[in-house]
Amino acid sequence: MVRGVHDRGGLRTDEPIDRSEHALEDWEVLTDALAGALARRGLVNVDELRRGIESIPPAEYERASYYERWLLSIETILSEKGVLAAGELDRRAAG
Amino acid sequence: MSEHDHDHTPIANRDEPAAALRARALEELLVQKGVLRPQEIRAGIDWLVSRTPADGARLVARAWVEPEFKRRLLADARSAALELGLDPGPSPVVVALENTETVHHMIVCTLCSCYPRALLGPPPAWYKSLPYRSRAVSDARGVLAEFGLRIGDDVEVRVVDSTADIRYLVIPRRPRGTDDLSEVQLAALVTRDSMIGVAQPAAPALA
Amino acid sequence: MTYRVGEPVAVAGRAHSGHHRTPSYIKGKTGRIERVHALFRNPETRAYGDDGLPEVPLYLVSFARSELWPDARDVAEHRVFVDVFEHWLEDAK
Repeated sequence: MVRGVHDRGGLRTDEPIDRSEHALEDWEVLTDALAGALARRGLVNVDELRRGIESIPPAEYERASYYERWLLSIETILSEKGVLAAGELDRRAAG
Repeated sequence: MSEHDHDHTPIANRDEPAAALRARALEELLVQKGVLRPQEIRAGIDWLVSRTPADGARLVARAWVEPEFKRRLLADARSAALELGLDPGPSPVVVALENTETVHHMIVCTLCSCYPRALLGPPPAWYKSLPYRSRAVSDARGVLAEFGLRIGDDVEVRVVDSTADIRYLVIPRRPRGTDDLSEVQLAALVTRDSMIGVAQPAAPALA
Repeated sequence: MTYRVGEPVAVAGRAHSGHHRTPSYIKGKTGRIERVHALFRNPETRAYGDDGLPEVPLYLVSFARSELWPDARDVAEHRVFVDVFEHWLEDAK
């Protein structure tokens, strides 16, 4: 049964569960708030956000941090809808 | 949250990850394009940082002291939260699951990280981690043991995988020796992890 | 709503390309209806910009750990409860 990279239930893993506490960074809270605002505007609903995350190539999905995946997904969905032009976020982030 | 300037591109900070720069760049682009207004982003941030497990703890404490409230909480946790003046969040359905002498619940979202954030605050990093998502459903007792919680063989462990838009939280069992505590004192014993189901509530402090 | 609380039920074993919320570890497995939730918009189509209508019934279905991972013989028993949409459920054999 082929499963998406996000479909983790029951996978065998030797990785320990790191139980240390991590307060959210400002940029993570910002990312979450951007996703929420986009959802309220009807631009990226929660199912689209999840679908965007699931479409991240497996190696990148596993390497990326939780909110990095959100950023990648938002960029994917907004690019699909023409809200962002291809490479536009890269260019703005590069300054 | 630091002030930022919309007139120029975000300034790179060598100490922060590239993702931080991308998040701010995304914000700037969306505001510049008129897709989002700064006020709504700020309102979203304010809401997120205001969320704490104290809200969920109030639901649990009230349920412990008032059987009729517990009945309502079990029937419809969203309405019960509203009854206490709490924000149950955007999910249309919130379900509270009661731990008993014979049943222990534990919550996970194997597909992503669904979590009752409005009532419990942001999920801990481990809840969103790949190993928790993998092992909670297949090795529940092993995971609980790692968290220091051993559940007897005579207690059924129920792992609830939040795969849809329903948000689940656990009503942990009321600790022994708490008969004389007020509702506020009881709420102080209810930890975030006990409402996820990987821990019991704190024991009452000795007088 | 086709199924009722207490009824045995099977999860379809079909492959699905694209977004869906049925985890692979329950596909093809047999469980029991624990709750009949309300109807919800279909995330499989909402994920691609559709309105997700018509709404689909959602159930809480429970499975024995030994049904899901029969090879893990020395692992103590537990039950796994999963929210599953009706179009992923079939009558149990």
